[in-house]
This record gives sequence, structure tokens and C-alpha cells, in this order.
Amino acid sequence: MNRIDRKFAQLKEKGEKALIPFVTAGDPNLETTEKLVLAMFSAGADLMEIGVPFSDPVAEGPVIQRASSRALNSGTTLIKIFALVKKLRKKTDEPILLMLYLNSIFRFGKERFFGLCSANGVDGVIVPDMPFEERDEILGTAEKYGVISISMVAPTSHERIAMIASSAKGFLYCVSSTGVTGTRNRFTTDFDAFFGAIHRAAKVPCAVGFGISDPEQAERMASYCDGVIVGSALVKIVEREGANSVIPAADFVKSLCGAVKGVKSES
Amino acid sequence: MQKVGRYGEFGGQYVPETLMSAVHELERAYESYSKDPEFVSELERLYRDYANRPSPLYYAKRMTGDLGGAKIYLKREDLNHTGAHKINNVLGQILLAQRMGKKRIIAETGAGQHGVATATAAAMFGMKCEVFMGVKDMERQSLNVYRMELLGAKVTGVESGTGTLKDAVNEAMRDWATHVEDTYYLIGSTMGPHPYPMMVRDFQKVIGKEIRGQLSECEGRLPDCVVACVGGGSNAMGAFYEFIPERGVRLVGAEAAGRGVDTALHAATVTKGSAGIFHGMKSLFLQNDEGQIMPVYSISAGLDYPGIGPEHAELAASGRAQYVPVTDEEAVCAFEYLSKTEGIIPAIESAHAVAAAMRIAPEMGRDQILVINLSGRGDKDVASIAKYRGVKLNEQD
Repeated sequence: MNRIDRKFAQLKEKGEKALIPFVTAGDPNLETTEKLVLAMFSAGADLMEIGVPFSDPVAEGPVIQRASSRALNSGTTLIKIFALVKKLRKKTDEPILLMLYLNSIFRFGKERFFGLCSANGVDGVIVPDMPFEERDEILGTAEKYGVISISMVAPTSHERIAMIASSAKGFLYCVSSTGVTGTRNRFTTDFDAFFGAIHRAAKVPCAVGFGISDPEQAERMASYCDGVIVGSALVKIVEREGANSVIPAADFVKSLCGAVKGVKSES
Repeated sequence: MQKVGRYGEFGGQYVPETLMSAVHELERAYESYSKDPEFVSELERLYRDYANRPSPLYYAKRMTGDLGGAKIYLKREDLNHTGAHKINNVLGQILLAQRMGKKRIIAETGAGQHGVATATAAAMFGMKCEVFMGVKDMERQSLNVYRMELLGAKVTGVESGTGTLKDAVNEAMRDWATHVEDTYYLIGSTMGPHPYPMMVRDFQKVIGKEIRGQLSECEGRLPDCVVACVGGGSNAMGAFYEFIPERGVRLVGAEAAGRGVDTALHAATVTKGSAGIFHGMKSLFLQNDEGQIMPVYSISAGLDYPGIGPEHAELAASGRAQYVPVTDEEAVCAFEYLSKTEGIIPAIESAHAVAAAMRIAPEMGRDQILVINLSGRGDKDVASIAKYRGVKLNEQD
């Protein structure tokens, strides 16, 4: 069983929600990323989403854009990220996903990419610029190597939700609102309608992300689904603290876990 | 069977899920309005009364005599309202946006020509308009920034990345994803996710249609060669499309070689690029081994883009069209040559096509015909060419 499925099964048994932090690999350097991931798992994170830096991250807001440039400037490459995951795998058996743009996989070669995912212990990929209709670009190869390609739905998905949610594997990534990643002052999405449609179709757990920046928001969002993804708010800490971000980031993850774990679902 | 929106292996719809409903809505709207006689006749009226179509096909007698080969004709897109072919596409898309009930228009721009055309049409339609432009391009083309503002558009500087056209596209896509319900993204070239490459080509194919009709009238035959410059590729697709089935017509795209294709400073996507997936499409891009998009360079801000439209990528792959690199120096020489020989100052983008034609025409017979798509006029470039030649202008007090 894939680590992602196993993790959500364990959480279900315990009646707990998942906290899924995101950091960009190589921001400010890969040594710090390694420490950050391990510290966040120790602080209670259930799955980790590691961002692969891209020159032109069109789905990201300014915070993760800047993280991406810092990571590229520090010489981060896919090969080095696979080496990082290999090192992490000696110390943790928790699920690790890569968030990356399709061109990174396409140019690297999908056989080689998913082969290295499998060999080094990457459990899944999130590809924000690959919609459902273009999933065949990687799906067959990902499955061949036992790597889960995470599907996404957005508030604008409407009648597409059923189609996407029903065939999702691992978990379904629910985009909280229109726009790019980054903190929001408020959400205008009708969450009851959005998650209603999702729960009617999804056969896998659902996690919500985009713009969730503090324990209060995380707690509220956790009531709609099985997990909460927090990215930009964490990356801001890394931006501010650099190599000293490990302890404050872990403290922040701890506070998010405290808010999310015990939340009961609205029925 | 070829999938809709695919050109061989190229094309497709690689956008975040948030935008998928919007691209599908656009596909349906375009499908229905492009067949609506009322829409079509309104667009024809705008082409005629607002954009000044048809544009003339001018026989360049002195250039022909001087080069001593093929008879050279210039398709005068530079005489369109706003000074370039860009208006053809903008009028089509803005009419579509209005029919779709969209209230706000956004666009990206490099040199500013597409931004100016969009701001112009938005003013005429009374629609809100915001143009994204790289901060470096805003510096290089400050006159066009002012022009857009004069037309009532908001120009938003993009500081991220390299501060040029690709970054302006990134930011426009981010804005679109944020305001997807009421905003129409008016892409300026034959690029992006389907249906944009097809739709922009359709709104530009009037160029090739007119060339065929005009040439048939004055020469009673098809051209032997059509030459156009290629950045994203909209004026070239517009000029080529009519002739793709005519195997006897040679199609040549001139791409920007900057300081030379063996330096790091160029934008020659077909010559030096490789297949990738970016800005919503599978096509050719200038990128490194890790798929990071490379910074590009050209003296021409309009050709300064690290990709090319997917239909061009397929025309290159199948060999139906050839793409040749033209350096800054060659383009500037062609800019000066056309000015002195025919009394026409071409856009520096179009000067790339003129330079390619100056190589090709002498090798052709005198009984053959070569058409250059003169996609825009060069007023906007005079200051930068003077700078390139080391001439000091004293315009500002």
C-alpha cells in the first residue's frame, strides 16, 4: 500500500484530520529543507508537499514565486531533490509528495522521473498546470512506478467536480478559492455547495489548500474535509528566518496541528 | 484522429483547474459566434471602417530591381489602425468578449503593440482594460506605456522573473485565475491554451486571404514564397494559413537571433529550442535541461519570447515551413534598407522578415513572386535604432 493511502487510513481510524505543510526545496538551501521536513514531521505534520522550483510558476502568488527564485539561485535541481528525498527516507516513513510544473517532468523524461520517484521514495506528485483532460501526459507512467498523481478541483470546476473527484487517487486536492497560492483576507467560495459536490463524488479523502494561513482558518477549513494544506504562510517564515527557520516553522506546524487534528466533520 | 486543439504533438490545454471552465466557455463561445452571420458581418465592418482593411499589397519595384531576383510585394499591415496586424485579432476577441458578457479585458504586451491595440479596442467598446507589461519593457517602450494610458487602460508593471513578455504572460494568467468570472484574457499571439492559437490564427488569416485575392488580381497567380517574422507567431500564421495547402508556396518564418544563435543572447525558438509544456501549450521553448525557461534577448521587444505558437512548431516539424534566424544587425540593416529604398520604415519585428527576404529573393527567378508580410510600422523603433547606431537624439527638453 502506498504511504499516502496508508496514512489516511490510519487517520480515519483515529478520527483525525491531516495537516499537510508545503515548503520549496532548496529555499534557502537543501540542508535547511531537510531539517525543515524532519522538524515538521516531528511537530505533527502527516504528509509533506515539497515544491520543485520552476522559473515561471504561474499558479503561485508572490511568496512562493520568490521562494522558487531563491531555490533556483541556490542551485536546486531535480536530481538534488531526489537525493534529498533519499536522505529523508533514512529518517522518516511518512508520505512525501512533490509539487511541480508539468514541464519539469516532461523535459526530465517521464520514465526517468517516475523511476527516480519510486527508487527514492516519492509517493505522489501534484502538477498544478496539468488538468484532468491532459492527465494521460503522465498517468500511465506514474501508475507503472506506483506513484500517485493527485487530482485537483477548484470552485470554478462546477460540473467537472464529479468527473475529477470520482477518479481521484490518494487524496483530492481541493483549491479553496480562485486565484493563485498565497494568503487571503477572506474567502468568497460557497464552501457548503463546493464540498457538498465533492463529497458526493469523491471516493478518496479530500484536502483543502490555497490561502490558508493561520490556525483559525485551518480549523474552519478542516471541518469541511479530511486535511488542510498550508504553504505560503510557512514559506513566509522561511523567507524571513532563512536557515534559522526550522524551529519557528515547526512551532507554527504544531499550532496548526493543534487546530486541525481534532476537528469533527460537518455532516 | 487528431484531437481538437492539437497540431501534431503540439498544442493542448495545459492550464490550472481553476481556468478549465473558462477555456471551455471560451471554446464554446468561439465555436458558436464564429459561425454567427451577425458576428461575422460586425467584425467585417470593424475591419473595414475601424482598422482600415483591406491593407494594400504594394509592389516594391525599387527593392525588386536592386535585389535582382523575385518580384517583391509588401503586405502593408503597417497601414492598419494602431500600426500593426495586432488590431485584427484584438477586434475579433473583444467582440467575442462583449458577446460573452465580460466586463473587464486583460492583456499582456511586450513591445506594447498588442497592449496599444487592446487599449484602443477597449476604449472603442467602452470596456475596462488592464495591460500587464514587464518593467524592463516599460522602460524600453515608455512611449507605448503612455499611449495605453492615454487610451484609458491601466498598465501594470511586472517585476517578477526577467521583467519581459513571458513574465507579463505569467502575471496575466495569474490575474485571469483570480478574476476568472468577469474577466476576459485577450492573448495577443497564436499561443496559450486551446482555443487561443486557433482563434488568433482565424482572426489573422484575413492577411493571407487578402494576399491571395490581391495577387490573383494583379499577377493572376499564387506567390512562390511568403516571408513573415515570428515571435509567438500571429502575423506569420495569418500570412501562411491560406497557403498551407498550396504545396508550391514556400513559407518562411524569420525568428530573432539577437546577437547570434551561438551566443546566449537570442530568441530563436525553432533553431535552438526543444519541446516543452508552458503557458498552456505543448510547443517549442528555449529552456535548459531541467525545463527551466531561459531568458531571451532580441533588439525587438515584440519577438523577445522564449516560445512559439504550437501550429508553427508543427509546421516546422513537418517541414511545411522553414524558420530562419535573423540577427539584430541584419534586422537593423533591413530596417534602414527598406526606409531608403521604398520610403517605408518597418517595425523592427517586420525588419526581420525583410532581412530574410533580402537573402531569399536574389536566389529566386525574376518570374517568381515573394511576399513579405510587413506586420507593423517602425515609428516606435526610431529612437532605439538611433541608439543602436550610436546617434544621439535630442527629443526631450
